[in-house]
Amino acid sequence: MEKKLLKKVDLIFEKCNCLNIIDKVLQRSGDDIILDIIDSGLKGRGGAGFPTGLKWKFAKNEEADQKYIVCNADEGEPGTFKDREILDRVPEKIFAGMAVCAKAIEATKGYIYLRGEYNFLLPALNEKLTVFNQAMKDRKFEFSIEMRSGSGAYVCGEETALLESMEGKRGEPRNKPPFPVAQGYLGKPTSINNVETLVFALAIMNIGPEKFKEFGTMDSRGSKVFSISGDTPKGGIYELELGMTIEDFVNEFGDGDTKAIQVGGASGFCVPRKHFKDTIIGFEGIPTGGSMMLFNSSRSMYNVLQDYLEFFEEESCGQCTPCRVGCQQLLKGILAVKRGEKPPAYLEELKKLSQTMKIASKCGLGQSVANPFNSIVNNFREEIIY
Amino acid sequence: MTKIETFVKEQANKYGKSRKSLMPILQEIVQKERFLSEEAMIAVAKELDLSTAEVYGTASFYTFLDTVPKGENIIRVCKTIACHMKGKDEIIEAIENTLNIKLGETTSDKKFSLLQANCLGWCHKGPVMLINDKVYPEITASKAIEIVEEYSNKN
Repeated sequence: MEKKLLKKVDLIFEKCNCLNIIDKVLQRSGDDIILDIIDSGLKGRGGAGFPTGLKWKFAKNEEADQKYIVCNADEGEPGTFKDREILDRVPEKIFAGMAVCAKAIEATKGYIYLRGEYNFLLPALNEKLTVFNQAMKDRKFEFSIEMRSGSGAYVCGEETALLESMEGKRGEPRNKPPFPVAQGYLGKPTSINNVETLVFALAIMNIGPEKFKEFGTMDSRGSKVFSISGDTPKGGIYELELGMTIEDFVNEFGDGDTKAIQVGGASGFCVPRKHFKDTIIGFEGIPTGGSMMLFNSSRSMYNVLQDYLEFFEEESCGQCTPCRVGCQQLLKGILAVKRGEKPPAYLEELKKLSQTMKIASKCGLGQSVANPFNSIVNNFREEIIY
Repeated sequence: MTKIETFVKEQANKYGKSRKSLMPILQEIVQKERFLSEEAMIAVAKELDLSTAEVYGTASFYTFLDTVPKGENIIRVCKTIACHMKGKDEIIEAIENTLNIKLGETTSDKKFSLLQANCLGWCHKGPVMLINDKVYPEITASKAIEIVEEYSNKN
């Protein structure tokens, strides 16, 4: 498998003249822009990893009197804080990335859905948006962006729940299909993209797809902003080339005593030390929305799992039974095993339940609880039981 | 017209009287009153021509749209794993002792409510807390007490 060495990159936070790039993009056709994005291999940076160019193509191909672009800034995955940093440091690049998408899919209206926990960013963002919207007007490009706020619901990061919330409803995910690109906000074709994805789309317009493809591997093109936390002397935000092994990553960011790393936040996978060498960070190995949380030998993986399950139990929207009841039972189950009220073999039953949740839950929340559950229980069984 | 009805009317005029304005209007009310009273929700339902059940049903979904009275300042301490590992329990204990309330409660002078929140997005700088919209990363127990006292001295 293609591997890369750990390398720091600077595409996201590097200064650039956004309006110059927009001016160039406005000269191009939507199809032409989309071809570049498809060619670049850019995949969504929110976690799910859907090819961005395809998403835009689907939205463009829809016939509608109104289309929307929504920037998903509802960053709630535990361990992830890269979007906050991007929103804080280079908001103009996000706006410009949305303008690129708007031109490509022929949308005239954009929204940024910001999680309520980041409301302190609102005054600065609104101020900069006024300038940006005026700049679009001056260019006679019919496109403007408005802010929308969340109110503390993790599930609203799921794209259809986010749309429900924007429409003034409970943030309960919709059935898919229809996908948002066909029927999104107010039933109109809508492209929903993560903050970082939009900034990469702008970068691709700036440097071209060929240059972008020089970073990363076949399956994981480009770089990625990582949010690094936990037992590390160097916590923070780093943009790194995709395709490195976890071993390389831990050598750089670990504290010398790393026993496990949770890749992709609470809904991601726990990788124990014995697999550091053969696990690649990227779509061919373990994909991530950017969260990398390191645990050293002083940590109990039981506590980590309990913390995650409490999180999911609280944040499950309760709409579908597998997720609502499943999250409750997994949490109750590990507590019972820990207390000795259930035999260790009960963990096998719980693993089956998590598989059922994976198949039967309506959205990514319930479907992904099995990821941390199985990866922690399988690799740290002893710590869960005793 | 009561004060809250007038406020709701102003917001409905500002954001528009359609369903999609519901969240921004509820958020404005919470910003001002710290919670959604029955009176406020009935006023919103009237303005947007929705049933009160729809308004309550939506509000009750969201953690930040409280439907029970809260203090003037809402303290939310992050409880998710990274902050947990970095000692959020000590922060909560220190604030509990300073304000003489337990987690989830509101002080008798209605000045503070102490709550926990899921990941606030500052994992590399935990423990962290929000007071209303303002964020305080990398706090210690003594720092947290200092900050809370500052709010307490502001009238």
